[in-house]
Amino acid sequence: METTLNECRPGDKVVIVRVSGEGPVKRRLMDMGVTRGAEILVRKVAPMGDPIEVNIRGYELTFRKADAGNIIIQKLES
Amino acid sequence: MSFKFALVGNPNCGKTTMFNEVTGSTQHVGNWPGVTVEKKEGKARRFKEDIRVIDLPGIYSLSPYSLEEIISRNYILEEKPDVVINIVDATNIERNLYLTTQLIELGIPVVVALNMMDALESRGDQIDIPRLEKQLGVPVIPTSANKAQGTKELIEKSLQVAQSAATGQLGESITIFDEQIKKSLDELLSFITPQCNQVYPPRFATVKLLEGDEIVIAKLQPNSAFMALITTTRGRLEQEYDNDMETIVADQRYQFISKVISKSVKKKLSVGGLTVSDKIDKILTHRILAIPLFLLVMYVVFTITFGFIGTFTIDYIDHLINVTLADAVTTLLHSAGAAEWLDSLIVGGIIAGLGSILVFVPQIMILFFFLAILEDSGYMSRAAFMMDRLLRKIGLSGKSFIPMIMGIGCSVPAIMATRTLENEKDRRLTIILTPFMSCGARLPVYALFAAAFFANAQSLVIFSLYILGMVVAILSGILLRKTLFKGEAEAFVMELPPYRIPTIKGLMIHMWDKGKGFIKKAGTVIFAASVIIWFGQTFDFSLHMVEEVSDSIFGSVGAFIAPFFAPLGFGDWRSSVALLTGFVAKEAVVATMGILNNLGEVGEGSVELMASLQTYFTPLKAYAFMTFTLLYMPCIAAFAAIKREMNSWKWTLFTVGYQTGTAWIVSFIVYQGGKLLGLG
Repeated sequence: METTLNECRPGDKVVIVRVSGEGPVKRRLMDMGVTRGAEILVRKVAPMGDPIEVNIRGYELTFRKADAGNIIIQKLES
Repeated sequence: MSFKFALVGNPNCGKTTMFNEVTGSTQHVGNWPGVTVEKKEGKARRFKEDIRVIDLPGIYSLSPYSLEEIISRNYILEEKPDVVINIVDATNIERNLYLTTQLIELGIPVVVALNMMDALESRGDQIDIPRLEKQLGVPVIPTSANKAQGTKELIEKSLQVAQSAATGQLGESITIFDEQIKKSLDELLSFITPQCNQVYPPRFATVKLLEGDEIVIAKLQPNSAFMALITTTRGRLEQEYDNDMETIVADQRYQFISKVISKSVKKKLSVGGLTVSDKIDKILTHRILAIPLFLLVMYVVFTITFGFIGTFTIDYIDHLINVTLADAVTTLLHSAGAAEWLDSLIVGGIIAGLGSILVFVPQIMILFFFLAILEDSGYMSRAAFMMDRLLRKIGLSGKSFIPMIMGIGCSVPAIMATRTLENEKDRRLTIILTPFMSCGARLPVYALFAAAFFANAQSLVIFSLYILGMVVAILSGILLRKTLFKGEAEAFVMELPPYRIPTIKGLMIHMWDKGKGFIKKAGTVIFAASVIIWFGQTFDFSLHMVEEVSDSIFGSVGAFIAPFFAPLGFGDWRSSVALLTGFVAKEAVVATMGILNNLGEVGEGSVELMASLQTYFTPLKAYAFMTFTLLYMPCIAAFAAIKREMNSWKWTLFTVGYQTGTAWIVSFIVYQGGKLLGLG
C-alpha cells in the first residue's frame, strides 16, 4: 500500500516509490540519498514531536515531518 | 616541482583529521574571498616535493545550492589543483560515493582515500579494493587518518598520479548513466565541445546544462538553437522517466552506486541492526529522558565554564595583568622618567583594555574545549535534532540552538559558535539575536540596581530581565525573518553522525583554532578601541588631561547625548557616560557610576552608591536603565567577534544599530508605559 513517510511509525521498514515536491529541500534530500528504490527504517520522532530520524543507505538522517510528507513510500513490514 | 592537492569529502568523513595528519603545524586558516567560510591550507610534511594541500569545505554534493558547494566547485574548476583527493568514509560508503560520482566528471584526476578502515574492520565489514578501483576508474587507497595509517601511501599515490596525469580524466572510462541518458548526453556533448572546453570540462557541462544549472548556463551562454535542443532533450527525458531532470540524474547516480556496492562491499550486519552508537543514541534522544539529559549536559558545561574554574581563571589573569603587570610597567616607566600621559596611555589605556579581553581567554578556551567534545562526539547534532521544533517558530532551525544558549554565558564564544551553521542567512540572523541573551557581564549592573530599588524582589527582577532578553530575541527573529531575511528558511535535512570518542589531539586542535583567532583578530580591534576610549576619558576637547571625567571628551559627549536618553527616564549625563563605557565591558557601567558619583572605584554592593543613585533614579527609571543595558550594543569583545564572523562592516554596523535601536524602543515602552500605568 502506498502512503507517505510522515504516516509511518518508528520501526517501520519502507521503500521509496517517489519523491514529489520541488526546490532546495527536495534537492538536498536527493543528494542525501533519498531517491527512488532506497530502503528506509524509521528510527524515531524527536522529543517534541518533530523532526523524525531515519536510517537510509547505512546512515542516520533527520528531516522534518512536512518534508517527509513529500516522500511516497511502500511499507515492507512493520 | 610544486603541486596542489585539494581535499574534498562529506562532513564527518574524517577530512579534518586527515588534513591535520598530512599537514601538521604548517597549516594556516583564512577565509574564502568575500564569504565567512574558512579556508585551510598547509604543506604536506615528510615529502621533499613542494606539496600544497587545500582543505575544501565539507560537502555532500556539487550542486549549486549552498555556499560551500559553490566554493568547492569553483575552486576545482578554476584553480585546477593537480589532484582531487576525495575522502570517503568507508563505514558510510554509499552516500559518500555520491560526491565521488560528481567529482570524476570535473576533469581533474581523482584519488579516493577510503577512510576509517579501522572502524569498518572492527565492524566486520569488508571492501574489495581492487574491484572498487576498477568500477570507479580511479585509484583507491585505504586509510585510517585517526591512526595515521595509509596517509603516506595516499600522498605518494597522489604524487604519482599528478606526475603522470597529463592524460587527465581518469574516471572518463566509466559510465554512470543508463543507455538512454548517456545517448542524450553524447548528443549534447558533440554540440558543446568547441565553445566550452576552455571554461568547463565538457562532460560536467553537458550534465549541468541538462539539469538546468543556472550558474553553468550563465557562464556558457549557449546560443538559442543549442538552448532549444537542451530544452527538448530535457522535456523528452522528464516525460519518459516521469520526474524532473535533477531527480533523474540523482537517481541514476545512486543506482550506479548501488551496483558498485553490491559487488565490492560485504556487510556483516543486516541493514538497520543496532550498533553501539545506536544504543547510546536510544538513551540520549529518548522521548522522555532526552530533554532532562540535555539540560544536565548544558548545566555541567556552564557550571564548569562560568562557575568556579572560569571565575578562578578570570580573577587570576585579571590580577596578573591589572596588578602585577600594571605595577611593574608603572615602576619601569617612572624609573625611565616617562611623561604622565604615556604612563596613563600604557597602563590605563592599553593594559587595562587588553586586560579586559585577555581575562576571557581561558574561559573561552574551556568553553571551546567542551564544545569540541560535544561536536566531535556527535552530540551537537542530536541537540539540533531535539530543539529544531522550538527554533522553527522564530524562523531558525535546530542548528542555531547551541550558540543561543551559550549567549547566556558570554556573547563572544556564542557568536563564534555560529560557525557551525552552514547557511549564511541563518548564521547572520543567529549572530544578531545571540547578544539579546543576557550575558554574565551584565549581571553586576542588574545586581546594583535591583538591590538599590527592588530590595524585596531582587531575584525576580533579575530573572525578568533574562526572560525579557529571550522574548526580544524571539520577536526580533520573527520580525527579521519577515523582512530582511525573507524567503524560505533553511531546510532542516541533517546527518546524525555516529557517536565517536573524540581524540585529545583533535580536541586540542579544534579548541586552539578558535581561541587563536580570538586572541589575534579581536586583539587588533580591541587594542585600537582601548586607546580611543582611554583618550576620550582622559582628555578634553582642547587636548588637556583632565582631573574629572565630567570634563573629558566622554563627559562632554555624555552631556551632549543625555537628552537622547531623557524619554527613557535616564537623561542624566552620568548614566550616558556609564553606558558609553559599558561598550568596553558591560560590567564597567558599575565602575563608571561609582567614579561619576564621586565615590571612586566601588563594587555593585556599595551602599553609598545605592544611596547616591536613589537621589536621581526611581524604580521605574532603574528598570528602564537595566532594560537598556540588557539590549544595547554588546561590549567591544563581542563587537570584534561580530565583525569577524559577519566578515562585513555593513552587517556589523547593522547588527549594532539594530540592537541599540531595539534597546531604545523597548526601554521607551517600559518607561513611558510604566508612567501611563502610574508606576513612575
